[in-house]
Amino acid sequence: MYKLGIDVGGTNTDAVLIDEGLHVIAEVKYPTSGNVFEGIMGAVKMLLKQAQVDRGQIRQAMLGTTQCTNAIVERKNLAKIGLLRIGAPATVGVPPMVDWPEDIRFICEKSAVIGGGFEYDGKELAPLDEDAARAFFAGLKGKVGSIAISCAFSTVRADHEQRAAEICREVMGEDVHISISSEIGSMGLIERENATILNAALYQVAKRFTEGFAYSLAQEGITNAEVYLSQNDGTLMTMEHARRYPILTIACGPTNSIRGASYLSHLDNAIVIDVGGTTTDLGVIQAGFPRESGVAVTIGGVRTNFRMPDVYSIGLGGGSIVREKEDGSVTVGPDSVGYKITEKALVFGGDTLTATDIAVRLGMANIGDASRVSHISEELAHKALAAIRELVEESIDVMKVSSDDIDVILVGGGSILLPETLAGARSVTKPEFFGTANAIGSAISKVSGTYEALIDYNELPREQALEKAKKAAMEMAVNAGAKRETVEIIEVEDVPLAYYPGNTCRVKVKSAGELR
Amino acid sequence: MRKIGIQQIEDIALGASLLGAGGGGDPYIGKLMAIGAVRECGEVTLISPEEVPDSALIMPIAMMGAPTVLCEKGIGGTEYKRIFEMVERYFGRKVYATMPMEAGGVNSMLPIAAAARLGLPMIDCDGMGRAFPELQMVTFTIGGVSATPMALTDEKGNSVIFETITNHWTEELARAVTMSCGGSVTCSLYVMDGKTMKAYSVHDIVTRSEQLGKAIRNVKNATSGTPEENFLAFSEGVRLFKGKISDVLRTTDGKFNLGRVQLEGIGDCKGHHGEVTFQNENLCASVDGKILATAPDLICLVDTETFIPVTTDGLKYGKRVLVVGLKCYPMWRTPRGLELVGPRYFGIDADYIPVEERVKGGAVNV
Repeated sequence: MYKLGIDVGGTNTDAVLIDEGLHVIAEVKYPTSGNVFEGIMGAVKMLLKQAQVDRGQIRQAMLGTTQCTNAIVERKNLAKIGLLRIGAPATVGVPPMVDWPEDIRFICEKSAVIGGGFEYDGKELAPLDEDAARAFFAGLKGKVGSIAISCAFSTVRADHEQRAAEICREVMGEDVHISISSEIGSMGLIERENATILNAALYQVAKRFTEGFAYSLAQEGITNAEVYLSQNDGTLMTMEHARRYPILTIACGPTNSIRGASYLSHLDNAIVIDVGGTTTDLGVIQAGFPRESGVAVTIGGVRTNFRMPDVYSIGLGGGSIVREKEDGSVTVGPDSVGYKITEKALVFGGDTLTATDIAVRLGMANIGDASRVSHISEELAHKALAAIRELVEESIDVMKVSSDDIDVILVGGGSILLPETLAGARSVTKPEFFGTANAIGSAISKVSGTYEALIDYNELPREQALEKAKKAAMEMAVNAGAKRETVEIIEVEDVPLAYYPGNTCRVKVKSAGELR
Repeated sequence: MRKIGIQQIEDIALGASLLGAGGGGDPYIGKLMAIGAVRECGEVTLISPEEVPDSALIMPIAMMGAPTVLCEKGIGGTEYKRIFEMVERYFGRKVYATMPMEAGGVNSMLPIAAAARLGLPMIDCDGMGRAFPELQMVTFTIGGVSATPMALTDEKGNSVIFETITNHWTEELARAVTMSCGGSVTCSLYVMDGKTMKAYSVHDIVTRSEQLGKAIRNVKNATSGTPEENFLAFSEGVRLFKGKISDVLRTTDGKFNLGRVQLEGIGDCKGHHGEVTFQNENLCASVDGKILATAPDLICLVDTETFIPVTTDGLKYGKRVLVVGLKCYPMWRTPRGLELVGPRYFGIDADYIPVEERVKGGAVNV
């Protein structure tokens, strides 16, 4: 059997085919067109031509896509939603969407804050006001097709949100799309609620791209495959899950490239440097998964707190413009000729000195016409390379968690720019297939489960509490589609909370396993 | 007298995160409360301390409890009204205005929300000029004002008024009630008259906070000087160190976040080693083992590029920060003030020397 991995980027759609032993059999890059699915079909057609395998043997197909990010940032194709927040008499002093940009507020048809919710210890803050929930949903019946539900401390107890969802289905019918905050975000009501609202507004976008992906595959004769979408934490979700939680696909691109790099280089703990045409993204792989960002993430002006890879971006890429200043110093970037590199760079007959020209001048790469850069002085080229080195070495240092040297993996088309040794790096690896690491990352993704709760270690000793949390997390991975025997704990985190009585900690455990 | 609208709230919140000196809680959730209240009830009138009659009754507003709980439960709609009614009933007089107790961190925002919802003016002053971790650490303690009667309420409608024999008891009882009520409550303490407020409060601190926030927001737009020079000029900050965070040690004693952050010098500080210790707020900054600033002066870590303040919760390996010392309110530098918030109270084995004297002749290479 084979796995098909696809990553739809802004410039290229990458596709790879991987066999049962997870060896890469074929890789292609195909231009992404206005119609994303034409790009996918084009890439798959080319890939199958190259690989010559039985299409029926392709059993799994994984897609990484930026459709959701684009929809939010461009305010396009977003659906009208209703928001029900459970938390009164608390939370009413902070109205929903209070700091959202004006141009995206339109997505909320109506919102209400009703009685219910929990305290930090799981005690009921107030009983769930079922009548108010019923009345709210009745008022929206026929007006919106998607509902977001949030609740105070639903990360500790989700039963009020679940009950409200039941009532919603009773009142609005089985077809209504429901997004529940406890399944989307972590602690912090406002950020979690914001992510839930965005998720609700994306339901039509999600329906379109899941159906479109299935259709594109069918057109190419791939009818035997289970189809999955990449999430931003480096794991997969089913098409059905993606239709319910499309927001989780946001930022899966960097995640896939980090995971793919890890797989190709056989390194589980390293810094991954993905050099593109305009920017370089640095991420960290820890125990085979990307390190998550600890700070609130803003998407299209909306603050959220859900899982995102910790990525540090700098303005350095193959198209970065190189300049010599009057005092003889040389700068590289942050501006770039971008996708116009094939007409602007000197080696392609253009008139702009770019980072790629420097790499060619120094014999690090063989691209375009090297004779067009032979007039550049070696001194200038070396100064530019030193500037590139300094930029990258500084960034490596920013991403490190300790002062020890760390392994570095280079991927992406622009990684030809980088020298083979870097300060702060124990080793520098550029794996085979480095150009399509993102599609490979998509193809090899696992499925996961995350458990998060506040636990008082005086009531439940730490050992027992962590054991219980691990079991819950593993069960969640199995429910998400993992083979039970392959599920392992990949992250355990307990943070002591100041001001709490006793010894309360926020416990977070994540597990992942191979697809069934 | 002037109006506080949404842009002013944004700037005050940013300035308050600097005055938080690393602690005080993220003003973000407080900002949403203030914006929510102003959107619903209209802009807030900010008055200067001089505009307040001596006999006026002033009701400071603050939250007590865990910032993480506040981020989940926010605030209800009726707490301020309940506190207001309790205070008026207790004193048998009309409340004239509200004010912040703590200009740093999340507590800078709540009086704005209260003022909007109650239609009361807010006074341009506070009791700290920054953020501090304990309830007695206010200028009013120097003035002999009692923290109690303290009015406290949760979002569910439970409320109490404490009359206690010492501020230690106030802290003890209020904390117990706060936990039973779900971990965060709204309160009013150090209720006082206009005369006392004028004599002991830190005047014009809200305006200063707003100016700091506005200046941080515009730091890149300045036409002359480097952004760093501009930042130091408008913040009247003393540059202590520029470095990269090389290690963060954290512990908790059940009540406070304690820790120590190590800095490796960058730029002109290369080759030197910096260290900042904190207990919720930053307490002591030293370079190569030599103390350069201690509480009660403000020790602030800001991003070297954006100058956005970095709270102790946000300290992370690799982050590049500028360590800046800001002079504290002069009253804190008196013997009585130092007894309350001086270095020795926080367990630092050093006498208090004002930051500007400690760094005479330059922070590094002294």
